Amino acid sequence: MEKELRAEEPRLMKGNEALAEAAIRADIDAYFGYPITPQSEIIEYLMREVPNRKDKKTVVLQAESEVASINMVYGAAGAGARVMTSSSSPGISLMQEGLSYIASAQLPCLVVNVVRGGPGLGTIQPSQGDYFQATKGGGHGDYHLIVLAPASVQEMADFVFDAFRLAEKYRNPAMILADGALGQMMEKVVLPPDGGLPKTPKPWATTGKTKDREHNVITSLFIQPEEMEKVNLHLQKKYEEMQSEVRWEEFQTDDAEILLVAFGLSARICQKVVDLGREKGIKIGLLRPITLYPFPYKRIAELADKVEFILDVEMNAGQMVEDVRLAVEGKVPVYFKGRMGGMISTPEEILQEVEAIHEKQNVLHD
Amino acid sequence: MNEKLLLEDGTELEQVFCRPDTLTDVPYHYCPGCGHSVVHNVLMEVVDELDIQDKTIGVAPVGCSVFAYHYMNIDMQEAAHGRASAVATGIKRVLPDKLVFSYQGDGDLAAIGTAETIHTVNRGENILIVFINNGIYGMTGGQMAPTTLPGMVTSTSPYGRDVHMSGYPLKITDLVAQLPGAYFVTRQSVHNPNAVRKLKKAVTKAFEYQMQNKGTCFIEVVSNCPSGWKMTPVETIKYLEEVMFPYYPLGDLKVPKE
Amino acid sequence: MIKGTVKIDAKICKGCELCIIACPQNALGLSSNFNEKGYRYVQLIYDACTGCTNCALVCPEAAITVYRQAKPAKKSQVKSE
Repeated sequence: MEKELRAEEPRLMKGNEALAEAAIRADIDAYFGYPITPQSEIIEYLMREVPNRKDKKTVVLQAESEVASINMVYGAAGAGARVMTSSSSPGISLMQEGLSYIASAQLPCLVVNVVRGGPGLGTIQPSQGDYFQATKGGGHGDYHLIVLAPASVQEMADFVFDAFRLAEKYRNPAMILADGALGQMMEKVVLPPDGGLPKTPKPWATTGKTKDREHNVITSLFIQPEEMEKVNLHLQKKYEEMQSEVRWEEFQTDDAEILLVAFGLSARICQKVVDLGREKGIKIGLLRPITLYPFPYKRIAELADKVEFILDVEMNAGQMVEDVRLAVEGKVPVYFKGRMGGMISTPEEILQEVEAIHEKQNVLHD
Repeated sequence: MNEKLLLEDGTELEQVFCRPDTLTDVPYHYCPGCGHSVVHNVLMEVVDELDIQDKTIGVAPVGCSVFAYHYMNIDMQEAAHGRASAVATGIKRVLPDKLVFSYQGDGDLAAIGTAETIHTVNRGENILIVFINNGIYGMTGGQMAPTTLPGMVTSTSPYGRDVHMSGYPLKITDLVAQLPGAYFVTRQSVHNPNAVRKLKKAVTKAFEYQMQNKGTCFIEVVSNCPSGWKMTPVETIKYLEEVMFPYYPLGDLKVPKE
Repeated sequence: MIKGTVKIDAKICKGCELCIIACPQNALGLSSNFNEKGYRYVQLIYDACTGCTNCALVCPEAAITVYRQAKPAKKSQVKSE
């Protein structure tokens, strides 16, 4: 993406910092946030870097809470700004009310969740335990966020641009669902071009009522049920249209007899599983959903026709696996392998699981 | 306001007061005699007089005044319960040249939104916070508010507010007046014509200070709730004078040293 | 005594009576009729209005328009034209 514009040399950066730098380059008007491990580098980087960028007027504000942060995002987004916040799981839980309001009021913004192990205060180690919360709405009412799941530091940076592009196209909040490892690890990254994301017109924003238009109102209150239903129908239509934005990536699925499905960091690990398996002569392939909402149901259903079984791998108790099963509709068995609480499966561990299931399947078939 | 009226005896009268231009034609949904409407009127009168309709952005959170945008013909944002000052912060930070105010009730500002209130003022956000204190949750049907007076009967303090169980009425305006970020803090009312005149002056000053980037202006309006208090509007005026004002004395709590 | 009068939008008046107690001339009173919303609305019942605007200031519905005789000093200049 934007390869022709990339004249820059690769840099070695932390995921959180690459994301923050991409945000500056995406010309965000404002960032509001509250520190929480493992993503505090985002606000730290912005606080450190923005004052050095004389060409930028970015507002960076440390709020008194995640609750305040997300409501500052609401206000700024409603006023037409390109605005974002970031947090980690417990903080994102605090933002759910605000996100529901933002989704209902149809305000574009970016929320970054660098997920840590839960539930509760949990651990600061990486997890994918917020999949349900991210993809199924999270707060009250019928709504969805656009959810992008990076699997590398490069994508931590690139998806800032993609997320804003989608958020502004659909007037919908977007989320980057990363994890503590992606936030903390250092990798080579070619940063997206500065100023490479043009601003979009927002005639609905509250910028002060001029004589030539009616007053603009940002609200999520539609007290007449007929009106509320209409708003809901509009949202549902929008979510339907968003399905065309679905993105995924496949590795060696052409001849695969066994399909792994994994997102984010788990997909990185599963790539190794594919290689290890193939070295042993097991034809493993991998599908990695890049957008978690919209979800690649159709493609998974197609692949399900060609494989013996599917193993879904996550860093949680099995959340995306429910969507995989919905896609597969019982055509082939769908198994789950996951670890929780900040623990990460090793490629060897996953391969063992594949082999065990493979053996069991063969016994059943013989 | 230059409409003239000719009486039968030939006396020519000129219009000296009319509905503010920046109010829409929508009749208020508020109960008869409710102070909310008067404060709305005053705010829009000031917007008219300062000619700032195109610069003013209001924030109305959950509460009876959540529909303020039906009446105020300015750009507005509805906010979640308690979050108006955070939303106003978001707006003001990205549009520093606009004039931003939040319009919050006692439950919103002094209970669920206490943290946002204190921190917004503490940052000295250059906005106006209008705080309507009528000592009750009007919208949800008359429950106890953080500002409900001791012994005051509400639907969740049916035997009167028991301070040993529910704590004391919160004088949050006194609290925020202590913060360095607060520039102008005053407690007003709308219970009689002079009070309305004083409120209008305070609102005008607050907008002028905001134009000069002075910091947070905070105006409490000790108001009534005829339905919640289960009184006629006229009875609420007496209650305000005899019961509310002694606990929430009117006047400036912090004035700029100029 | 300066002469004044008021026009009251009976359609939106809710009969709260706050203007009645605010009127220094006791010139306002409730009508015996009801408006469409079912409220007894306020009327000017005595021709004693001085156009002081007190009623309009406290009127929650912004339903009152006030007229007043121009102040003689200023008015004389206007009239001389």
